[in-house]
Amino acid sequence: MTLDVSALEVRGLTKRFDRPAVDALDLTVRAGEFYALLGPNGAGKTTTLRMVAGLLRPDAGSVTISGIDALADPVAAKQIMAWVSDEPMIYDKLTPLEYLEFVAGLWGIAPAVSGPSAQQLLVSLGLEPHLHERCEGFSKGMRQKVALAGALVHDPKLIILDEPLTGLDALSARHVKGLLQERVRAGCTVIMTTHILEVAERMADRIGVIAAGRLVAEGTLAELRQQNGRNDTSLEDMFIALVDTDAAAA
Amino acid sequence: MSSATALSWFARHEIRLAWREWLAMMTGGRGKRKRAVIALIVFAAVMHLPAYAVIGRFADLQLPLGKPELIVITATIFLAWALMLSQAIESVTRVFYARADLDLIMSSPANLANVFSVRIAAIALSVTSMALLLSTPFVDVLVIGGGARWLSAFGVVIAIGLSAAAFAIAITVLLFRLIGPSRTRLVAQILAAIIGAGFVIALQVAAILSYGTLSRFAVLTSDATAAYAPAPDSPLWWPARAAIGDGVVLSWLMAGGLVLLGFVMAVFSPKFADTVVNASSIATVRSGTATTSFRGGSRQQALRWKEFMLLRRDPWLVSQSLMQLLYLVPPALMLWQSFSESSDAIVLITPVIVMAAGQLAGGLAWLTISGEDAADLVATAPLPPSRVIRAKVEVVLIVIGVIFAPLVAALAFASVMQAAVTTLGIIIATVSAAAIQLWFRVQAKRSQFRRRQTSSRLATFAEAFCSIGWAATAALAISIPLAAVISGAITAAILAATWKISPRRE
Repeated sequence: MTLDVSALEVRGLTKRFDRPAVDALDLTVRAGEFYALLGPNGAGKTTTLRMVAGLLRPDAGSVTISGIDALADPVAAKQIMAWVSDEPMIYDKLTPLEYLEFVAGLWGIAPAVSGPSAQQLLVSLGLEPHLHERCEGFSKGMRQKVALAGALVHDPKLIILDEPLTGLDALSARHVKGLLQERVRAGCTVIMTTHILEVAERMADRIGVIAAGRLVAEGTLAELRQQNGRNDTSLEDMFIALVDTDAAAA
Repeated sequence: MSSATALSWFARHEIRLAWREWLAMMTGGRGKRKRAVIALIVFAAVMHLPAYAVIGRFADLQLPLGKPELIVITATIFLAWALMLSQAIESVTRVFYARADLDLIMSSPANLANVFSVRIAAIALSVTSMALLLSTPFVDVLVIGGGARWLSAFGVVIAIGLSAAAFAIAITVLLFRLIGPSRTRLVAQILAAIIGAGFVIALQVAAILSYGTLSRFAVLTSDATAAYAPAPDSPLWWPARAAIGDGVVLSWLMAGGLVLLGFVMAVFSPKFADTVVNASSIATVRSGTATTSFRGGSRQQALRWKEFMLLRRDPWLVSQSLMQLLYLVPPALMLWQSFSESSDAIVLITPVIVMAAGQLAGGLAWLTISGEDAADLVATAPLPPSRVIRAKVEVVLIVIGVIFAPLVAALAFASVMQAAVTTLGIIIATVSAAAIQLWFRVQAKRSQFRRRQTSSRLATFAEAFCSIGWAATAALAISIPLAAVISGAITAAILAATWKISPRRE
């Protein structure tokens, strides 16, 4: 694993809607790291990640992806990044293979590379029997898997996932988790938000907890336990304690 | 809760849903009720002017009527009925496919036959109410000009509204049985779309073939039609006689409408549940092309390929967009006729083509620019937004080019000058429509296409005014070039004003 270059550096990131959604957030994710971003509903997780992905313009702050200033050169930053939201972004009238062909085309990947890679990805996600069926009849889980395959087909260096396991059955969730861990082992960086704390506990190298648009705790599970002062505490207990404390302070 | 209480409660629920849906349609989902009501009143008041122009001359008609008058009034009532049928088919299809609501109803311990009877009645009520609303300015004009006897026209509207709802339910359920649930939605929606326009276009086609004119009244008032028409005491003329104040016939018509709707409710309500279960239980697995190797090309080519593929694979969207092209059938026929006999009427083709191009381009531009199902995906792709927009606008231009090129080529055989003016008109109308969609773009699902007009009334009106303006300019360019300059300047000013007040994007 290469951990010396930051895959993502966020400095003073700020976004206000009616109230501050993200409040001068600083965040660093190292290359080759699996980073879980946790927080209660409305904490600013999705807003943060949407600003990183270039889907939302920040009011202030900077976003650097693998050394590229994402606000100054968004096209270069997008070239090495993939975004997967909790609502699968696919086209009902395309088949999974056609969808991946379109995504590969958008990222300018040579067909000789993307074709076999797409096929392999879809097979590994258990979609082989549905390769040539239109997505319109797919379940939420199948759609999410197609969207994930789309995110991976252009071999991104940084994958940002917003609640990717929502609505997935146990087997599908295992497929997705396996695929993400495989990518991390291959040197890719994964940033994921989730409400399933067990997933963060088991998969993440580091965990960040965000509340009211600010990072309130960050570190490995062991570091978080140390910060919390109790070595036998579960992530769930620590999360609730952190969020509760922050809510009380606010 | 007693059965009667439960039914009245469900009826209130249905009426509330219908009202809110109508309000959402009128306000574009922004819930400005007061403004919608004021706009509606203003619209109804303004509508009295065109109503007077169209129908004012019939106000003095007295019974007994001659055949030509009976034919014209009956044809007008039939047109209204066809439009109501079209709207009712659309409503019934929505009832079948609105799964979330139906799952709740079907899983409840309510008597489904009763529940669906109420729903059928609600469809009839909403269709009739809308028809009453739209017909009010016309009936007002007749009442003011010809006396209170014309009030019976409202009764005719109610009677034909009830019968249209009954026919719509029967047609949709029969379609389910004949072609299966998977195709019914598409066929019913296409049917709904073409029924209304079909009658007018058929009259125009008949007029062109017989008299070389686009006026449908030429056929309706001709001696030939009068000769084929039945005697004035035939039941065929009952709606016309009832509209003009024949109370006995009106009673029969209203009773007939009620009996027909009651019959349909009695026959189809108990089977409605089975039909709905069939609709939801049959999974439709549709294949795409079995591609094993990906095609190469630029990022914009990938975008264009996706847009073409999505357009090609959504027959409902295509049918909705191409509906406007139905109106091209009469001018195309006229063009074909003009090859054999020289006619000045051919000048009329240019505005029709230009207007159709503008309208079609507006629909296509909405689909490609606003109707993006994977907006986040495209936004996170490594290409500047300007190139995405350019690729999407190119798709609109290519589709318009492919559709209108054969017509313009045919026109060139008749008049090169007119073909050149028409081409220019098509290009300008298309670019204007695409630009308006661009200025007013909002992120939406393609499935929301049916409601695209409600998302921005301003964009809708601007699009319509520009299409009409460019069509008029093109027509004037052929006949009175100086007037074309003025008309073109006015249309350009409308476009500029639209841009000025639009939520301009960077």
